[in-house]
Amino acid sequence: MKVIFERPKSLNDKEFTYCPGCHHGIIHRLIAEVIDELNIQDRTIMVAPVGCSVFAYEFFDVDGTVAPHGRALAVATGIKKALPDSVVFTYQGDGDLASIGIAETIHAANRGEKLTTIFVNNAVYGMTGGQMAPTTLLGQKTTTSPRGRNVENEGFPLHVSELLSTIPGVAYLERTAVSSPRDILNTKKAIKKAFLAQLKGLGFGLVEVLSTCPTNWKMTPVEAQKWLLENMTKEFPPRLFIDKVGD
Amino acid sequence: MKKIMMKGNEAIAESAIRAGCRLYFAYPITPQSEIAEYMAKRLPEVGGVFLQTESEVATVNMVYGAACTGKRVMTSTSSPGFSLMQEGISYIAGAELPCVFVNVVRGGPGLGNIQPSQGDYFQAVKGGGHGDYRLIVLAPSTVQEAVDLTQLAFDLADEYRNPVLVLADGMIGQMMEPVELPPVRDLSTLPDHSDWALTGAKNREPHRIAAFNIDPVGLEQMNIRYQEKYRRIEDKEQRWEEYRADDVEYLMVGYGTVGRILKSVVDELREEKLPVGLFRPVTLWPFPQKRLGEISERVKCIFVVEMSSGQMVEDVKLSVNGKVPVYFYGRMGGIVPTPEEICLAFKEVIR
Ligand SMILES: Cc1ncc(C[n+]2csc(CCOP(=O)(O)OP(=O)(O)O)c2C)c(N)n1
Ligand code: SF4
Repeated sequence: MKVIFERPKSLNDKEFTYCPGCHHGIIHRLIAEVIDELNIQDRTIMVAPVGCSVFAYEFFDVDGTVAPHGRALAVATGIKKALPDSVVFTYQGDGDLASIGIAETIHAANRGEKLTTIFVNNAVYGMTGGQMAPTTLLGQKTTTSPRGRNVENEGFPLHVSELLSTIPGVAYLERTAVSSPRDILNTKKAIKKAFLAQLKGLGFGLVEVLSTCPTNWKMTPVEAQKWLLENMTKEFPPRLFIDKVGD
Repeated sequence: MKKIMMKGNEAIAESAIRAGCRLYFAYPITPQSEIAEYMAKRLPEVGGVFLQTESEVATVNMVYGAACTGKRVMTSTSSPGFSLMQEGISYIAGAELPCVFVNVVRGGPGLGNIQPSQGDYFQAVKGGGHGDYRLIVLAPSTVQEAVDLTQLAFDLADEYRNPVLVLADGMIGQMMEPVELPPVRDLSTLPDHSDWALTGAKNREPHRIAAFNIDPVGLEQMNIRYQEKYRRIEDKEQRWEEYRADDVEYLMVGYGTVGRILKSVVDELREEKLPVGLFRPVTLWPFPQKRLGEISERVKCIFVVEMSSGQMVEDVKLSVNGKVPVYFYGRMGGIVPTPEEICLAFKEVIR
C-alpha cells in the first residue's frame, strides 16, 4: 500500500483538545508541515500562549514552553538571545497578542527579532468563554459586549497587521484565512516564508490567520466558515503586507 | 589579591559577569541603573548579550526565556520595577528555572522616592506573585558582600533550579568601597543543564517547561515537589552573621545596610559596658530561624531595626516564638537611621 497522507513528523499523536470545527488544529498541522519541510525540527523551540492553544507545546514534537498571557514574544526573545542558532516561534491568539501583549508584540517587531509568530485571530477570547477581544467586530455580540461592540464604549477593532506594517524590523507580514483549500495552501506558504525570514536572518515574521471559534460564536462549523468569509474578511482583508524574503 | 574601589551597583554587575552571566535584560530605574549601564558596556566585550527592554514586564519574561536554555541570566531593578516583575517571577519559580534578580530597594509605596529603604521585605520574602513559591533571598550589607553574594546567587540558582534574589538597597548600590573581585569562571565548568534545558530536540525527546498543569492532582504533585525543595533549602542554606554576640543580654537584629549600622551601635553600647550583640540575617529566605531561636534562649530581649514599618520583625518573632520580648525601631520614606538615634531608641526600650 502506498502512503499518500500522514501525520507530519513535528506533530506527535496526542489528540488535539480543540472544539470541532476550530481552526487551531488546521493551523497546527500547517506549522508542523513547514517545520518538516524546512528540516528544522531539532532546533525549533516553540512558545505556547495562554488561551485555547496553551497546550500547543504538547502537540508539537519540538522543545517548548508556555509564556504568561501576552508575554510570548518576550519569552521568545530571551530564548533567541541565548541561542541565536535556534528557530523560535510563538503561537498566539488575539487576546494574547493584541490585547495584554500588544507592547511585547510591537517591541519585538521593532527590534526586528528573528522570530516567527503565528497570530490566530478569531475575534473573541476563546478559552475564557467568548468575551470581547480587541479584534471583535463592530456590532459583534460577545459575553462582555452583549449588545454588540459599540465604538462609543469599546472603540474600533484593532488592525494588528496594519499596525505592524509600519515597522521596519518586520521582514514578513501577511494576513490569511484557512477557509478553503486554496486559502489553506496560501496560509502554509505564508507560514513558510515567515520561518524563512527568521532562518535568513532578515527580521521579524508574522502571519495573521483569520480563524473560527464556532463554540463561542455559537454557530455550527459550517456557519462559522461562512461568517468568517462574509464578515471577518471585510474588516480584516487578507493580504500580503511585507515580504523581504522573496522567492 | 588586590582591592579596587568600586560602586556597589557596578561591583554587582562585574561579579555577575565573573560568575558566568552572559545574558542580562533590564529597564532603567534609579538607584540601580549603573548595573544596566555597566552591563551595556561590559557584556558585549565578553561575548554576552545586553538588552534594554520595553518594560519590567518584558524583562522578566526575557529572563524566563533565556533561563529556559539553562544559561546564566540576570536582571536588576528597583522597587516599582520589581513589583512589575512579580507575575513572571511566579512563572519562573513554578517552571523551576535558575536565574538571578537584583532589587536595589528604594522608598515606597508607589513611586515613593529614590532613597534607600527596606520596604520590599514582604514582597521579596513572602511572595508578591501568585501561588505557593519561594525565592532564595540574599541581603548584603557591604559592597564586598554584594559581590560575594552575587556569586553565591548564581550557584544556588543552579543547584536548586530556583530564582535567587539579591536584595540590596540604595545605600549598597550607590556607595563606593574597596572590593576584592572573585576570579573569572570558566564557562565550561558551569553546571550542566542539558537534561532539561530547551536547546532544540536534537537526538533526544523534546523538553517541555511550564508552570502549568490542568489536572489538579498533577498540579498538587508539582507543588509538593516544590515544597520538598523549599524544605531542603531551609535545612541547608540558612546564613547569618553574629557580631559580639557570645555573651549578650540584649540582641540587636538587622539586615543589609541596617545590619552594618548596628555594628557601630553595638560598639558604642559596648563602650558603655552594655552587653549587646548583633545578629544579622544574610539569607532572608530561608530566614536563619534555627540559630536565632537558640540565641534567644539566653537573652533578655531582642531589638529589631529596619528601614521599614516593621516587616522582618515578624520573622524574628516567629523564630523567637514568644520566649523573650521583641522590640522594634524603624524609619521609613528613605531615611537611614543614625547610630545615635538607634542607641537612644534602644536605651528607651531597656529602661
Ligand atoms: C494575566 C492573565 N489575565 C487573564 C487571563 C485569563 N485568560 C486566559 S485565556 C484568555 C484569552 C485568550 O484569548 P485569545 O488569546 O484570543 O486565544 P483563544 O482562546 O481565542 O485561542 C484570558 C483573558 C490569564 N490567564 N492571565
Ligand atoms: S473555544 Fe473557540 S478557539 Fe477555543 S478551541 Fe473551541 S472553537 Fe477553538
